[in-house]
Amino acid sequence: MSYFADKQPLVTDIFSRYPASPQGRRSALMPLLREVQDAEGFVSEARMAEIAGLCGTTATEVRSVMSFYSTYHTLPTGRYHLQVCSTLMCALAGSDELWDHLVSVLDVQPGEVSPDGRFSVQKVECLGSCGTAPVVQLGDEGYYEQVTRAKCDRLLAAMRTDAPPPPDNPVPVTVREDGRQMLANGERVGASIADLAPVGSAMSGGEA
Amino acid sequence: MTVAEPAPKPITSGKDPRFAPTLYAHVGQPESWTLDYFQRHGGYQGVRRAFAMGPDAVIEEVKKSGLRGRGGAGFATGLKWSFMPLKDGKPHYIICNADESEPGSFKDRYLLSEDPHQLIEGMLIGGYAMRASVGYIYIRGEYVHAAERMWAAIQEARAAGLLGKSVLGSGFDFDLQVHRGAGAYICGEETALMNSLEGLRANPRLKPPFPAAAGLYGLPTTINNVETFCAATQILKYGADWHARMGTEKSKGMKLFQISGPVARPGVYELPLGTTFRELIYDWAGGPLEEMKAIIPGGSSCPMLPWDDRVLDTPMEYESVAAAGSMLGTGGVTLIPKADCIVNATWNLVRFYGHESCGKCTPCREGISSWMTRMYEKLSRGHGQPGDVQLILDMSDNIGGRSFCALADACLGPVLSSIKLFREEYDQLAHTEQAMYPARRRWRDS
Repeated sequence: MSYFADKQPLVTDIFSRYPASPQGRRSALMPLLREVQDAEGFVSEARMAEIAGLCGTTATEVRSVMSFYSTYHTLPTGRYHLQVCSTLMCALAGSDELWDHLVSVLDVQPGEVSPDGRFSVQKVECLGSCGTAPVVQLGDEGYYEQVTRAKCDRLLAAMRTDAPPPPDNPVPVTVREDGRQMLANGERVGASIADLAPVGSAMSGGEA
Repeated sequence: MTVAEPAPKPITSGKDPRFAPTLYAHVGQPESWTLDYFQRHGGYQGVRRAFAMGPDAVIEEVKKSGLRGRGGAGFATGLKWSFMPLKDGKPHYIICNADESEPGSFKDRYLLSEDPHQLIEGMLIGGYAMRASVGYIYIRGEYVHAAERMWAAIQEARAAGLLGKSVLGSGFDFDLQVHRGAGAYICGEETALMNSLEGLRANPRLKPPFPAAAGLYGLPTTINNVETFCAATQILKYGADWHARMGTEKSKGMKLFQISGPVARPGVYELPLGTTFRELIYDWAGGPLEEMKAIIPGGSSCPMLPWDDRVLDTPMEYESVAAAGSMLGTGGVTLIPKADCIVNATWNLVRFYGHESCGKCTPCREGISSWMTRMYEKLSRGHGQPGDVQLILDMSDNIGGRSFCALADACLGPVLSSIKLFREEYDQLAHTEQAMYPARRRWRDS
């Protein structure tokens, strides 16, 4: 059964982002893979062949591209695919222990899915959230940040009842609402963007 | 005015009363990602000024500002922009490298999610200057939230006539697209990124030809980092002179510095170039939470520096950090505690580079992914033998400068610097099973 046959507007939208040339057509490969994987949790060989047909290439080529990247899966994943950042900045915050804890309490290894179909796990490299380490990425949803042992257990309990909280998106606010930046001791220093004069504005008074 | 005023002292501290954060001025404010918010705060003034100046004057303005690429290499942005052919009649592309994947770097993520219009404006300015009509924003696949915000902002901009045919009535046509990556560090390398955008395995391409001659789809292309485009927005709005007053002689402007590891307030701080490590670590980040032994100054590829007064008092600008033996890189500062085994910490990074090696060239595929990773595993697991450290050094000598792209050399940054600084920790593991600093619990309970 085709995945994209009844999704013509989506396919048209994806192809419209790239030039109308054979090379441009090939560019749709990654977004098409993403669509399938987000819907089905992995990309089967049948889907690879379908995507190859859309992009004007072969299923072997599609698989070759998939194997290059960490986030495409050729094996089924759980409803909650947990990706643990294992690079140094998270490791300094205990991500190795976090990983050991996850695989032991879930009793699942990379490539497996827990018997209830809920959980799969993957060690991944730097997720770009080093200021809020350690970090766990949920599927293609987003990050859980500053995951302590207690938070990890709360998240797993919520997932077991299929009610996971939305991903965190904390923003490291250092610039306050008045536009000035706050030191660690709470003191606001420097100037505000409101004090700056755009070139040519009445405030700037010509070339400074 | 007849008396010449002395040149004002350059701004090299975030505490300077003349310094105002601009790149992050709105990050964290409610609804900062909307077009309405952006326009209420003076948004899209820079691009209007660019349209009034003409494309060549825009490149001159960026040159005059002293802006250097914020993705890590620090190449002069205005000069890079001027490499694009002017009248070749071919379509031109610009690409925003939002693949932020250098460990220790996390500044672009919040620019994308909290202030996407600042980037759209910067790409409009760059596209106009470089005669491009299409721009791609290559966002690493894991930044889902950022990609969603970026998409929404592009839709808003299109609806408002800020993208599309004749932007703001200027006669300049320009549109933007988002392309999501799928987890590969090498995509931060510009030619690998272009291959990824073309739906290929992201192996780097041979240079020359350089992207400005033959880039995406074989057409003239220029790639800049998120922060670089955002800086262009501010430069066009507040002027090259404003930008050049911040920083040092050769490293001008403001920079987003990131700090991670055990410090009181990890995060992103916008500071003028030339601010010292000490100011960032103590005044802004609240100081280390335990005794430290090393600083990674600009993302994991940058050689580690020792934790001492000389390094702490080094200004964070391209030249001074290079003189100290490392690189400013992305400005991602990571502190490594004294009580953590340096061999183990370096093994983590070697494993990272080994995993991320694209496999194209032998020195990197065999040298980093296989040999180097195995040597570190051997030492870290207590199976070290006398001569192992020398073997790592010999291997490094055969890898350094011999790989196709910079990835293998990037791995040698932490390897060689950690051996130089902490040879005794390596020697202990080469002669005994026990590390000088054994593994310890680091995960917080709550």
